[in-house]
Amino acid sequence: MIQRETLINWALFALLPATALIALWMDEPFIITLATKVAILALAGVGLNIALGLGGLVSLGHAAFFGIGGYAMGILASHAQSYAPLMQTPVLIEGTTSMPVIWLVAILASALAALAIGALSLRTTGVYFIMITLAFGQMLYYFAISWPAYGGEDGLSIYVRNGFPGLNTLDPIQFFAVAFVVLAAVLFFAGRLARAPFGLALAAARQNPERVETVGLAPYRLRLVAFVLSGAVTGLAGALFADLNRFVSPTMFSWQMSGEIMIFVILGGVGRLFGPVAGAALFILLEHVLGGLSDYWHVYLGGLLLLVVLFARGGMIGLAAGREVAHD
Amino acid sequence: MSLILLIEQVLNGLQFGVMLFLMAAGLTLIFGVMGLINLAHGSLYMVGAFAAAAVAGLTGSFVLALLASLIAAAAAGALVELLVIRRLYDRDHLDQVLATFALILMFSEGTRWVFGSFPLFLDIPAALAQPVSLPGGILYPAYRLLIIAIGLAIAVGLFQLIARTRIGIQIRAGEADREMIAALGVDISKLYTLVFALGAALAGLAGALVGAIQSVQVGMGEPVLILAFVVIVIGGIGSIKGALVGALLVGLTDTLGGVLLPPLFATFMEASSASSVGSSLASMSIYILMAAVLLYKPTGLFGSTT
Repeated sequence: MIQRETLINWALFALLPATALIALWMDEPFIITLATKVAILALAGVGLNIALGLGGLVSLGHAAFFGIGGYAMGILASHAQSYAPLMQTPVLIEGTTSMPVIWLVAILASALAALAIGALSLRTTGVYFIMITLAFGQMLYYFAISWPAYGGEDGLSIYVRNGFPGLNTLDPIQFFAVAFVVLAAVLFFAGRLARAPFGLALAAARQNPERVETVGLAPYRLRLVAFVLSGAVTGLAGALFADLNRFVSPTMFSWQMSGEIMIFVILGGVGRLFGPVAGAALFILLEHVLGGLSDYWHVYLGGLLLLVVLFARGGMIGLAAGREVAHD
Repeated sequence: MSLILLIEQVLNGLQFGVMLFLMAAGLTLIFGVMGLINLAHGSLYMVGAFAAAAVAGLTGSFVLALLASLIAAAAAGALVELLVIRRLYDRDHLDQVLATFALILMFSEGTRWVFGSFPLFLDIPAALAQPVSLPGGILYPAYRLLIIAIGLAIAVGLFQLIARTRIGIQIRAGEADREMIAALGVDISKLYTLVFALGAALAGLAGALVGAIQSVQVGMGEPVLILAFVVIVIGGIGSIKGALVGALLVGLTDTLGGVLLPPLFATFMEASSASSVGSSLASMSIYILMAAVLLYKPTGLFGSTT
């Protein structure tokens, strides 16, 4: 069983660069961009999966971190674009167009936000937690809309994609390579995390918090660390997503975005390392196949999601694997 | 700021609050009795508004439109409960969130399919379109006063229903112990459908009443749904009294925050940045209120502490 899942995982994983390379060969840059989008959205899903799959924390507010990552990129790049320093006192901070710097800022900013939101939200459990994370996401959404300095409701356009040392990121295949390598690195990290003592303790805290407490570990702290890691990864995905579109807007904070990130995880299979990759790929595929058939493709997406939830628990990867652990 | 303006804003806040109560009451009942988190409640609000706009367009009667909103939303609620929701009672919250999220997608796109993307308009009846003068020389729209009155009447009715009637007893018993009341011969699945339809009808009515002030469009339900979540988190999930108190608190905070905060900041900042900081903070104010309540009581003001 495990072997079969590993096989599926590697096949899935190889499919993404294979698609991009075939598209390169056939000179279809749009398909490469789609593959890049899958890699980035999968990254956001991998982030959520750390909290949702491993920690059992049903966060309906991960768009908050996605948006913070996006705005980290937007704000830094827009300052670099206009040559106006971000801050002059006490230290001079200037904008930047270097991807690694932007990633670092996006990760730090979203981790900090996740620390604050998590510290408050994790005081509650179950349905309260769902609603509170949703509400915090909305709070940042309305903040982004009403804060006029960075475009407000209209968002921010960045005219040139940010640079990565030694690469031409405006070339679709090179930007795909950047996104894919980041996804691979994070998947490796998330896979290690799940088997590390921390990951085991976190999974135990999901299944039986009382026992975890008895052996001297604090579930609250484990969950908070997981939530922060999860937010940081999703923030990194947000920065890449903003770079893909060269545009950030408050929609990145919207709760539909949170729902979509959750859909990637669920379609693929909760708690499964490669679940978000499968889910994001299926989502983008559906968007293009069904979106071509009908303007109202969300009806079909809703129907499919409903069927998966009602009848195919464990998602695509888990179709054969039986019932997953309860998550509340 | 003049006192009259302030009183007008308090009335606006009350009107917004009672509308939120109509939404939150259904949500909190459904959660309290069935243990179900229903994201699609906003869609039922939208269904009510669209039904009212369609019937008002056909017949020109506002009363018929309100009736249609109640019937359509209750029917949609009952149908959804029978087809989908009833399979979710035993599932964990994650499944409930996803399934009801899927329902939102289907409701929204389905409505767009039938009615198109353009907003519909529902007119306030002519008799209520004039402002009335209140004691103290305040002029206030009659229609908004009517909304406050309807909302408060429904609140009283709901409290009576829950506290005094046979159905109310069954609902309260269902919250406490569903196996026991099933053993006592109450048809629990019929009761669940009934509660769900009741919550849906209240949401639909709220949609129709608000639809006459704002426009009726796809996606109108979700912002209200999220505010209703904030309301029941503040009030305590499962408590009707909490929903009322929370709804009024949120309605007043939201309305007064938007009016009072920008001038407040203008007293110590320059005008342009004061209005932007003030309005950003105002839009965040209800969430700050929620965070404050949770710090003080993690299960909400009237939530059970178990």
